[in-house]
Amino acid sequence: MADLLSLSAVEARAALDAGEVSAPELTGAYLTAIEETGALNNYVAVTADKAMEMAEASQVRIKADEAGLIEGIPVGVKDLFCTAGVASTACSKILEGFTPTYESTVTGNLWREGGVMLGKINCDEFAMGSANETSAFGPAVNPWQAADGADLVPGGSSGGSASAVAARSALLATGTDTGGSIRQPAAFCGVVGMKPTYGRCSRWGIVAFASSLDQAGPFSRTVADNALMMQAMASHDLKDSTSADTPLPDLMAALDKGVKGMKIGVPSEYVMDGMDSEVVALWEKGQAWLRDAGAELVEISLPHTKYALPAYYIIAPAEASSNLARYDGVRYGLRVEADSLDDMYGETRAAGFGDEVQRRIMIGTYVLSAGYYDAYYLKAQKVRRLIKQDFDTAYETVDAILTPATPTAAFPVGRKVDDPVTNFLNDVFTVPANLAGLPGMAVPAGLNADGLPLGLQILGRPFDEATLYSIGRVIEDAAAFDAVPSRRAGGAS
Amino acid sequence: MSVDKATVARIARLARINVPEDRQEQLVGELNGILDWIAELDEVDTGAVEPLASVTGHGLPRRSDEVTDGNRVDEVLANVPETAGGFFVVPKVVE
Repeated sequence: MADLLSLSAVEARAALDAGEVSAPELTGAYLTAIEETGALNNYVAVTADKAMEMAEASQVRIKADEAGLIEGIPVGVKDLFCTAGVASTACSKILEGFTPTYESTVTGNLWREGGVMLGKINCDEFAMGSANETSAFGPAVNPWQAADGADLVPGGSSGGSASAVAARSALLATGTDTGGSIRQPAAFCGVVGMKPTYGRCSRWGIVAFASSLDQAGPFSRTVADNALMMQAMASHDLKDSTSADTPLPDLMAALDKGVKGMKIGVPSEYVMDGMDSEVVALWEKGQAWLRDAGAELVEISLPHTKYALPAYYIIAPAEASSNLARYDGVRYGLRVEADSLDDMYGETRAAGFGDEVQRRIMIGTYVLSAGYYDAYYLKAQKVRRLIKQDFDTAYETVDAILTPATPTAAFPVGRKVDDPVTNFLNDVFTVPANLAGLPGMAVPAGLNADGLPLGLQILGRPFDEATLYSIGRVIEDAAAFDAVPSRRAGGAS
Repeated sequence: MSVDKATVARIARLARINVPEDRQEQLVGELNGILDWIAELDEVDTGAVEPLASVTGHGLPRRSDEVTDGNRVDEVLANVPETAGGFFVVPKVVE
C-alpha cells in the first residue's frame, strides 16, 4: 500500500480484511506519523509498545475471521479517559502521576471492538477551554497554518484529538463535549466530530467536568468513519446511572439514506454579531446543498439561544466545583505538604489547578453558596428548561437543524484576550445542544479566504444520531472537502 | 451582584484553594466580568418555569441491593500520595 495514512478507517478495515496491509504495518505507520508531527504537541504520551502489542493481537483476530468493528484501527485517546496502567491526567498538574487501575467504559468498548491505542492526547485542563491552551502540557497546535505561517489553535477542549486526526497522526480519536469541545475543534481542524445524545456513551471512567452535560464522542476524517466509531463506543452501562438503555440504530445503514423529504430547520437566532461573513455564506451554501438533495429548509425560532452561554457558565462551573472537590491530595495525584489538613488541601489545589480551572471552581462555588443559589444556579436551571423547550417545539416541525459550527475559523495560539468572556463566545453555537442533551455533529464544509477550514453543525432529536449521519453524508458529498493541512504526516512540507 | 476582595477570599476558602493576596485582587475583576455577563439571565421571565437538572428523561435506575464489587484495597491505594497500614494518611487533625 502506497500511502497507509490516506486510508479512511472504513478503507483500512477493508484492506486489513483483504490482507493488503497488516494491523502492525498500519499501526507502525501511525507511530511514525506521530514522531513526524511531534511539533504539534497533540500527544501527551505515546504508548508505542502497547500499540504494537494490540496491533499484533488484532492481526491474529483478523486472520481468525474474528475482527471487531474497528479491528486494527489506530485510535488516539483524549487524556480525559482513564486507561488502565497508562497515566491519565486530564492534562492537569493535579493528576500528575495518576495511573488508573481501571479502563473507562468507552475505551474498553473500543478495545473490545479491536481498536489499537496509540497514546493519550492533549486537551484543555479538565476539558475547560476552547483553544487547548489551558493544558498543563502546553498548547496543542492546529496542523492548518495561518497565511503568515503563525501557529493556530486546534480549538478545545478536545483540541489534540482534532489536531491528530487532521494531521494523520491518528486515524480515529476520542473526545468529550461539555459545551462544544468535540464540535468546535472538529470545525477548526477540518474533521468530523460527533457529540451524541446525552446518555449514549457511558461517562464511567471519564474524568468528570460537568456531569449533566459531559458526553464522549468520535473524531474522524470522514462521516462514515465517524458512524463506525460511534457504533463501537456507544453502550448502555450500569456503571453510569445516566446511561441510556436505548438501542443504537445501524448508523452505517443511515449513511446512504439521503435527505429527500426531510424538513431541516434554520434558526434565525443563530445570526450573531461578530460572525465572519464567510461563515454566513457557508451556512447558506449548506442550506442550498440540502435543498438540492431534496430536503425542505424551514426557518425556525429558538428564542432563548442568547441565554444558553450565560446559563452554561453557571451550570458547568457549579457542577465542576463539586466534581473537582475530589482532588484533595489525599487519594491520588499531587500533594503539597502542609502543617494542617486544610492547608494541605488549599496548597495542593492552588499548585495543582491552573488559572482557568481555579476561576471556574470559584465561580461554581460562588453560585452554589448560601444566598446566591436561587439567583444564579436555580435561575440558570430554569433557563435551561426554556432552551430545551425551544428545541422540543422546533422538533415538532423539523427533523434536524442546520447551523454554523463556530462563529470564526481557528485563531492564533497565544491570542491575547482581555476578559475570559471573549473566549467563551467560541461555543455560542454548540452550547445549546449540551444544555438540551441533543446530538450534534460538525462536518467540514469549506475553506475561508485564508485557506482555513470551516464547519457546519447539524443538531438532531434525542437519540436520532442516524439522521445526523444521513445529513452529514449529504453535506460531505456536496462540499467535496478534500483540502489537507500543510503540517500533516506524510505531507510535502 | 458583584464580588469584592473579601468575598473572593471567602469563595477561595470555601473552594479550599489557597489563593495569594495579589491574585485575589485580579480575581475580583475577572469574576465580576463573568458575573456581569451572566446577569443577562435576569432579562428572562422564569416565573412559572421548573428548574431542569437532568435531560435523561428517566429516573435513576434501580438494582437489587447486592455487593457486586469490592475487596480492592491495593487498587484503591495504588495512587495514594501517602499510605500506612492500608489507610490514607493526612496531616494530624485532632491534637
